[in-house]
Amino acid sequence: MSYTELALLGVTGAVVVDTVLLRTWLIRRRTYWIAYGIVLFFQLLTNGILTGFDIVRYDPAAILGWRIAFAPVEDLLFGYAMVTLTLSTWVWLGRKGVRT
Amino acid sequence: MSHLAYVGVLAACLVGTAPLEILLRTRVYARWHRLLLSLAPTLVVFVAWDLYAIHAGHWTYDLHRMTGVLLPGRLPLDEVLFFLVTPTCAILAFEAVRAVKRWPVGDEPREPAGR
Repeated sequence: MSYTELALLGVTGAVVVDTVLLRTWLIRRRTYWIAYGIVLFFQLLTNGILTGFDIVRYDPAAILGWRIAFAPVEDLLFGYAMVTLTLSTWVWLGRKGVRT
Repeated sequence: MSHLAYVGVLAACLVGTAPLEILLRTRVYARWHRLLLSLAPTLVVFVAWDLYAIHAGHWTYDLHRMTGVLLPGRLPLDEVLFFLVTPTCAILAFEAVRAVKRWPVGDEPREPAGR
C-alpha cells in the first residue's frame, strides 16, 4: 500500500475507534476540534522543520506530491489519526474510572 | 550537535507545553497511569506503521541529524520518542482547552444519584 492509502486507512480507523469501538464520539465535541486545531498549527511548524531540512524524505511514488509547509499532505492525515486515537483512548480511560 | 536536530524539535514540544500543566492545571503528567495507558495503543499502532513504511521505502531518515540509535527493524529511536511526545502534547492541548472552556467531553464523573 502507498503512504496515501495507509493515511486514509489510518484516519478511517481512528474515527471507527472513536465512534464504534470506544464510543467516545470526540468528533462531536468542540473541545476536541479546538485541541486538534492547536496541534495542527504546531504540527505544520515542527513537521515543516523536519521535512524542510530533509531530516525525513519521502518516496515520490508513495505520495500524491501535494505539499503543505514542505510536508506531504499525507502527514496531516497521519497526524490526525494519531491525535484522534490518543484522545479517544484518554477519554475512554477516564470514563472507565482511570483517574490517576 | 546536528545529530540532535530531531530530538531537539521534540524537546521544544515538551518544553513549550509543560507550562500548561502548571498554569492551567491540566494534570496530565499528574495522572501518569492514565497518560501511559493512553500512549500504549498509539505507540503500538504507529511503530508498526513506521516499520512498514521504512520497509516499503515510503520514507527515509537523515541519520546524521538524528541520534543515530537504530532499534530492530531499522527504526530510529527518535521516531519512538516522537510517538510518545506528540500524543502527550495532544493530550495537554486537549486538557488545556477543557480547562479554559469547561465543555463536557464525556468522561466526567456521574452526578450522585438522587440529587
